[in-house]
Amino acid sequence: MFRVAGSVTASRLSAVCCRTVTAKQFQVHGASLHVLSSETSRKSRNGPAHHRIPPSWQSVRTMASAGDSQAKINYIFYGLAVLFGGGGIIYWWSRKYMRETSKDGNKTKKSTAAVPAESKEATEPVSEKPTSETTKSEAPPAELPPTETPAEAAAPDAESKKLLDAMPQSYPDYEVMPDIPGHAKYLLIGGGTASFAAFRAIRASDAKAQVLVVTEEEELPYMRPPLSKELWYSDEPKLVEKLKFKQWNGKERSVYYNPPSFYVEPKELAYQENGGVAVVKGRKVMKLDPQKQVAVLDNGWEIFYDKVLIATGGRPRNIPVFERASQEVKDRVTLFRGIKDFKRLDEVSRNASTIVVVGGGFLGSELTCALGKRSRDSSLKVIQMFPEPGNMGKVLPEYLSQWTTAKVRGEGATVKPETFVKRARFSDGKVILKLNTGEEISTDHVVVAVGLEPNTELAKESGLEVDDTYGGFRVNAELEARSDIWVAGDASSFYDIKLGRRRVEHHDHAVVSGRLAGENMTGARKPYWHQSMFWSDLGPDVGYEAIGIVDSSLPTVAVFAKATEKDTPKAVVEETGESLRSVTETEAEATLPTKEIKDPSDPASATGVEPSASEKTESATDEEPAPDVEAAAKLVAEVETENRVAPTPKEDYGKGVIFYLRDDIIVGIVLWNLFNRMPIARKIIKEGKQHQDLAEVAKLFDLHADED
Amino acid sequence: MSYCREQGKDKIIFVTKEDHESPSTADITYNPEEDDDSPGLILPNGEINWQCPCLGGMASGPCGEPFKEAFSCFHYSQAEPKGSDCIEEFRSMQECMSKYPELYPFDKDEDNDKEEQTKTTTTVEQKTSEEVAVTKESTATRAS
Repeated sequence: MFRVAGSVTASRLSAVCCRTVTAKQFQVHGASLHVLSSETSRKSRNGPAHHRIPPSWQSVRTMASAGDSQAKINYIFYGLAVLFGGGGIIYWWSRKYMRETSKDGNKTKKSTAAVPAESKEATEPVSEKPTSETTKSEAPPAELPPTETPAEAAAPDAESKKLLDAMPQSYPDYEVMPDIPGHAKYLLIGGGTASFAAFRAIRASDAKAQVLVVTEEEELPYMRPPLSKELWYSDEPKLVEKLKFKQWNGKERSVYYNPPSFYVEPKELAYQENGGVAVVKGRKVMKLDPQKQVAVLDNGWEIFYDKVLIATGGRPRNIPVFERASQEVKDRVTLFRGIKDFKRLDEVSRNASTIVVVGGGFLGSELTCALGKRSRDSSLKVIQMFPEPGNMGKVLPEYLSQWTTAKVRGEGATVKPETFVKRARFSDGKVILKLNTGEEISTDHVVVAVGLEPNTELAKESGLEVDDTYGGFRVNAELEARSDIWVAGDASSFYDIKLGRRRVEHHDHAVVSGRLAGENMTGARKPYWHQSMFWSDLGPDVGYEAIGIVDSSLPTVAVFAKATEKDTPKAVVEETGESLRSVTETEAEATLPTKEIKDPSDPASATGVEPSASEKTESATDEEPAPDVEAAAKLVAEVETENRVAPTPKEDYGKGVIFYLRDDIIVGIVLWNLFNRMPIARKIIKEGKQHQDLAEVAKLFDLHADED
Repeated sequence: MSYCREQGKDKIIFVTKEDHESPSTADITYNPEEDDDSPGLILPNGEINWQCPCLGGMASGPCGEPFKEAFSCFHYSQAEPKGSDCIEEFRSMQECMSKYPELYPFDKDEDNDKEEQTKTTTTVEQKTSEEVAVTKESTATRAS
């Protein structure tokens, strides 16, 4: 019956509906999906096949009888979609046809409204039901308002035509509608990851919500991790130019969470029957008045709000040497944070002969590895320096930090630990840095990655508390600072019921807290509960995931086994067919419904993987005592400097788990080259028990499992 | 045989496969089914969890409302077959989605579309070849 016209379209609709329940949807919202929960709870890695192919009609019937109600619903939904898709498409097409033929009759003359109208009144017009069928010459509001401003006749025609092409119905009182609404039910300050996660959560709870985002940047919301990772490892400069990257499986992804078509023009937000999200770019909120519930922008414009979220993130820190330096030096220093900085560094790195990276934490180390890779195909020299004794010195215990340093060197960079810049001057087109070691380095460019200063600029004027220990706005466990004011992401110092007050500067935290704030803004009243995690990859061979308080000053207990080929991040990615690690993590979560059907009897457990034959070789070598790490590191350091092909001592710390303790309770866990174990780690943190034998706890992670 | 080393406040243990063969005696069990924090698509009370990551941006996008209406209608539908009383909701959802091809692409779907496109192409090819055949015949008839 549907073979003729309906088949193609029917399966297309079903594909769309299918998206809601299979992993396929990630193409549409892929980039943003990884936002939602950047970790894996993938229970069994059957490989791409099982969660890629949408179920066929036959399998629908099998699933329907499988007995799993949730799955049942999904599959019957899918089946129904197929059935009704055909008729729906024909109906839709006929309406479109009629709409298009009636379009020409609708020409409206508009005058530009220069005077912003009174706040609340202007933004609550009656939104009319779209009447697209009839040729309504619902012209210009028949009475043009007593003109406060001269009408620009020429422009409006083109403008109105454009408007009509986009929206068949005309907006009443459009010309007096201000460019930025004077009232927003949900106002989000800041347009980053936390904001994105929040507006997604708000709209999921309240699908007609009108959300207004105000951001200082000239960009729509985008994700940060690829700026120091994937974009650098791409082989396609044309894609990188568009801030897209191709994954190993060929799929393209943009750093932007949503394409521009997702958003509504701020001026049109109030007219949207089903609400929407509007982004005001290049505007800064100077202060909030919590009692009057109004936000004041840098241009004096006022926005009344019902609920407001502060997601201002932070600004990259600088070091005094560069702050005091001459303009010529400053012009050659990049404080790396956003898209603008990425573009600059990308360009510079193509022509420079030397680049210095100051900072040995996540960002600094990732950028160093990225530039190191680039240096392999060019004459670029990359030098990294930081005051700590090793990379990730504040995060990883010393022996691992040393190991990591050796790894970074292996990526082609010169690493100078325990080093900082004392003076900087400009000479002959180069920046000359005088180091504490006495050495002088001549460089074309400097990248500074020394941390983040949380943006609490509007705190004082707004009567909001700032945390003097952790920085950021102080909020409670529900992320609320004061009535109807929430703070999420990097700028939020919140009360973590399990681990105590803290402030977290990681991507997943921005997602988790943004989402929580969004839910609470719609009345959920939930405390911070789901521990966020973070991850880092040092090239394709070494990666780790972490959760909780991961501070190298805490005592640690680590349990290691030897790594096999299959334990690298690259292997994890190839296995699942997803190259964006963060997406890899989410694929797991999202395939839950499908997976459950496939193996209802299989207690798909991360620990239920069978060891393979390669295990035997592992145990043989494990008999020998571990070699002295310090000696190894020294040796590596000696060998590496001129020689870019430094050995990577994978043998010592192949894979393992590191527990961070506070009063004998595990408060942080690092999973070293171990993937798909985050749920166990999360549970351990959640329980907060005192464990007698951590080696026994380590067993839960199945270190020797041959990763599928 | 496992090996243990201490470096200041940090303790390092290297374990062999044998060491880890015996089950853990730690006072904690992890059961993937029970311990999973996230409720999934359907909440314990039977309602749909619109916050579920599995829905991606479907419930929150521009077509979030029509989508929710359609899906809710389907979810609670008692009709036989289930959801057959939800045609109107599906239609409006689809109508909405067609306005945002970038967000709800009909042809970007890889695996799905490969099949579809082959189907379409085959159907089109068949049709064309049929037409060609008919034309040939008619020309032949006329010629004779």
